[in-house]
Amino acid sequence: MMVITTLYDLTISPFVEFAFMRRALVGAIALSLGAGPIGVFLMLRRMSLVGDAMAHAILPGAALGYLIAGLSLGFMTAGGLIAGFVVALLAGLVTRITVLKEDAALASFYLISLAGGVVLVSLRGSNVDLLHVLFGSVLALDDPTLLLLAATATISLAALAVLYRPLVLECVDPLFLRTVSQSGSATHLGFLALVVLNLVAGFHALGTLLSVGLMMLPAFAARFWSTTIEGMIGCATGIGISSSAIGIIVSYHLSTPTGPTIILTAGVMYLISLLIGLKNGLLLRLIPRKHFAA
Amino acid sequence: MTQATAIQLHDLTLGYDRHPAVHHLDGYFEVGSLTAIIGPNGAGKSTLLKALAGTLQPLSGSVAMPEQDMRVAYLPQSADIDRDFPISVEDLVGMGLWRKTGPFGTISKQDRLAIAQALDSVGLAGFEHRMVGTLSGGQMQRVLFARLMLQDAAIILIDEPFAAIDTKTVQDLMQLVQQWHSEGRTILAVLHDMGLVAKFFPDCLMIAREPVAWGKTSEVLTEAHLAKARAMIEAHDPHADYCERAA
Repeated sequence: MMVITTLYDLTISPFVEFAFMRRALVGAIALSLGAGPIGVFLMLRRMSLVGDAMAHAILPGAALGYLIAGLSLGFMTAGGLIAGFVVALLAGLVTRITVLKEDAALASFYLISLAGGVVLVSLRGSNVDLLHVLFGSVLALDDPTLLLLAATATISLAALAVLYRPLVLECVDPLFLRTVSQSGSATHLGFLALVVLNLVAGFHALGTLLSVGLMMLPAFAARFWSTTIEGMIGCATGIGISSSAIGIIVSYHLSTPTGPTIILTAGVMYLISLLIGLKNGLLLRLIPRKHFAA
Repeated sequence: MTQATAIQLHDLTLGYDRHPAVHHLDGYFEVGSLTAIIGPNGAGKSTLLKALAGTLQPLSGSVAMPEQDMRVAYLPQSADIDRDFPISVEDLVGMGLWRKTGPFGTISKQDRLAIAQALDSVGLAGFEHRMVGTLSGGQMQRVLFARLMLQDAAIILIDEPFAAIDTKTVQDLMQLVQQWHSEGRTILAVLHDMGLVAKFFPDCLMIAREPVAWGKTSEVLTEAHLAKARAMIEAHDPHADYCERAA
């Protein structure tokens, strides 16, 4: 009985006792649902750093929204979305019509955007506000923010269902997709839009920089547990959700900042997967195993 | 008897950075013809296929396909497929059904059967659930031929399909090409193996940036033509004047 009571005190009672804990959990779960599959596709397309770049690109938009209307959900969200889309579109255009490759084009615009964002934030407001934009406030999610997170998850999953086949094809054999269909560019842009949307939703909870963590770390971890896309998406989502739950509880007991603790938990999960993952985990290499006859 | 024209080339010039890789090519491929496209490296063979597949805009001139419903299936040189991507052989071959399934259509039981049959006909029966990352080079080429088969196109373009492929696989895949030919499809293949060309391909187009010869294979594969093709200068002339040849 003692053990059960202790377990209850450690894991369940904080959520029973405090509404802000429940809100944090629901928000983080919603984020994980959308970010998990998107992270897997980013990883498989060798675009793992694109999420990072986009997160930086979003900052000035959010800052501009903040300058106009203070800590307003609507303005900061709209600003972030616009900045993200503009950078994605400009980078796409430059990639298509000049010699610069996508990584260079994206880097150039996110750097401009980031510098602009920092200047904008410092024009008004204290460092506390900057901290909010950079690292989010997962323990202070109000109703509209929760709705935004839930809506983002819904839109992302529905859009991924629609984009799934062209997206896979675009990853595996883009030239083939181009010969059978005109949907290649639309698919790519649609996918980038989903990345931006999830990062913007994520920055309210985790901040612009850390929201990438909930997208990418579970995806990397999933690579060590499955060899199929479906399996990886399932694993990544599961790892994202459990990282969120564990991270929130740990931060409650240790009084650490919640957002970073969630991402750190995801990081630990990734390191564990890297070590003991059943698909090409490091430990498997150390165990001598017999090979097959054919 | 005059055959219908599958592909008509009007004074076609293709290239990169305005330097021609295929220069003023005029002519046509008949419906149901089986043509080998030969020439030295850098002669513009792949460039020509790209233009026919619609992935490269001509610098001048045009490509026309006058017949109704002439869909093109294109297998590029060492297709730039991400072989690390976690996708099964069945799913990759199934892409050949895109015209039927589109982005959302389901893969029916019948479709799966068609995929299995296509795999069987390239000698890979039972490979459906293998991941493409585990295939050898020759097996991958067989898989791509199975996909090409499912595309069920009237015009088939294949670019150096037998580079680094063993004799047995070449034989099997050549048999498939002949089967497509007997089904009345129009086939263009870029090849380097002159023995193969002479044995299996009734028609031949030899280019070396400029068209060298085009017609019956026996009349194209002459020492004089080969010598002319070899004399092509590969490098672009950065100081070249603009081409004033009348269109």
